[in-house]
Amino acid sequence: MLFGSNSGRVSPQDKLKKSPRLWAGFAFPGTIWLIALFALPFYAVACIAFGTIDPIFRDAVPQWNPLSWDFTQARQVLTSLATGPLRGVGLRTIVYVFCAMTLCFVVGFPIAYFLARHAGKRKMMLLVLIIVPFWVNYLMRMLAWVNLLSVDGLFTRFMRIFGINYNWLDGSPITVTLGLVYGYIPFLILPLFATLDRLDWRLIDAARDLGANSRQAFRLVTLPMSRAGLVAAGVLIALPMFGDYYTNDLLSRSPSTEMIGNQIDFFLNASSQPQNGALLVLTLSLFLLLLMSFYLRSTRQQSRQVTR
Amino acid sequence: MTAQRSTSRLALIIWGYIIWSLVPVVIAIIFSFNDGRSRTVWQGFSLRWWWQDPNLSVLQNAEMRNAIFNSLVLAVATLLIVTPLGIALAIGSQRMHGRSANFVQGLTSAPLITPEIVVGSALLITFTRLLTAVPLGFVAQLLGNVTFSLASVVVIVRARLVSIGASFEEAARDLGATRWQALRFVLFPMLWPSVMASLVVVFATVIDDFVITSFLSAGVSSETVPLRIYSSVRGGATPALNALATLLVIISFTALILGLFALSTWRKRNGERGGLRAASPM
Repeated sequence: MLFGSNSGRVSPQDKLKKSPRLWAGFAFPGTIWLIALFALPFYAVACIAFGTIDPIFRDAVPQWNPLSWDFTQARQVLTSLATGPLRGVGLRTIVYVFCAMTLCFVVGFPIAYFLARHAGKRKMMLLVLIIVPFWVNYLMRMLAWVNLLSVDGLFTRFMRIFGINYNWLDGSPITVTLGLVYGYIPFLILPLFATLDRLDWRLIDAARDLGANSRQAFRLVTLPMSRAGLVAAGVLIALPMFGDYYTNDLLSRSPSTEMIGNQIDFFLNASSQPQNGALLVLTLSLFLLLLMSFYLRSTRQQSRQVTR
Repeated sequence: MTAQRSTSRLALIIWGYIIWSLVPVVIAIIFSFNDGRSRTVWQGFSLRWWWQDPNLSVLQNAEMRNAIFNSLVLAVATLLIVTPLGIALAIGSQRMHGRSANFVQGLTSAPLITPEIVVGSALLITFTRLLTAVPLGFVAQLLGNVTFSLASVVVIVRARLVSIGASFEEAARDLGATRWQALRFVLFPMLWPSVMASLVVVFATVIDDFVITSFLSAGVSSETVPLRIYSSVRGGATPALNALATLLVIISFTALILGLFALSTWRKRNGERGGLRAASPM
């Protein structure tokens, strides 16, 4: 942005760009690293996923030649996801993540809004308090809730006063969903705050002056102006939530609440069918890629609307 | 009037949220000082789970000490590799142009939008089937963490590069500095705040990392603190586990405070924009 090359004179940035080989040399080691340890692993996953199974040892045999990839197992896993035993896992993942996202926004948006608009003198202090969970280890925060929710935990005992006797840590979808909310909401609030803090609040005041009530001003001015930031923040927490398995493991450990991440973890780390794990990794990546492309297209459309 | 009421309702939500997000952690920290074996029923104050118990306390239990050691070594080793790699990649990818620049930038930002479990399982498959020379355990965990945190270093350093602009370097060139001298004496000193920030961010990410470190671990020998918490939290672990988790929190916050301190001293010495005084050779 800062260096939009102006026509006519040579901007400093253009001069810097004159030594392309030097800059390519700077980028070279990191690029090689990412090709070897980020791009290549995806190929390895595909080679296992579309490989064969050793008839004697029952182990997955990678097929390194893409031309002879075998898709029978892939078809089986996809059928299982659509109609078979994995269907529940897939649906559950989507439902849990959807509920957790909704709750995150319902709680997170008012907080970010207040911080950006009304916090006044206390803004800095509140911001620090909200950033603190960022620096507390995720597993520590889950450990804290395992302690509170266990059979003689403080929260369980507290709820018993009201006659609620519930086994929180034994395959409860409520606990898993709320655990996801607790785990990921800090990662939503901060980007939301960054978006709202940059808004030009004079426009909202102008809408109010022109006769909009507060709800109309919110719906017609605040929301459209911050939509891109809202979606970006949502994507930021949706991606890790879809791949989460440890929240589930720590707070439930029951097959009745398993998500797709749990299945990937199981197939790759605890079973002798890594091929299924590889196939689920590919399915999850494709699903998320699809979500991302929707997101990119919606932001692009929106920026087109704005420029018009 | 109504505006005021809705504002105080918002204030209520924010304070409620802060309490909800922090109190469970505070309670877990308090229970590390419990006198009994329970992590849920308070039996009086003691330091037995921190260091008094000769076998089970966090500072004397061999396995827990091993986990702390592994975590610190992994974090520091990752920093040593990822910092130079990330700075170079940020500078290079920002100044390249054309199709190769698009490729490098796409490749650099792809890990940011990939869930950890995908990176972790892809690397597990790679190290067990393709690059079998890499043994699971410390080396694999190191490679995995560098790969996953490289993107954040690039993002942080590139933001600083954009705000510095190119004019300082060009001024140095006009005054007779070679390209390397301009980089060495002008650009690198001005990058320091972003290097500091990425050191802190990467350290905290790696020391807290669970998924990649777990997928690429090789049993107890490469167990880190998060792995230890994960494997024992649902068993009958003693409050020493709370103490171990508390220790991890203390380490993260120490890194954060050191980073902020270094940043503010740097600012005091060089001014907000890190002007030319930073660039003058010592």
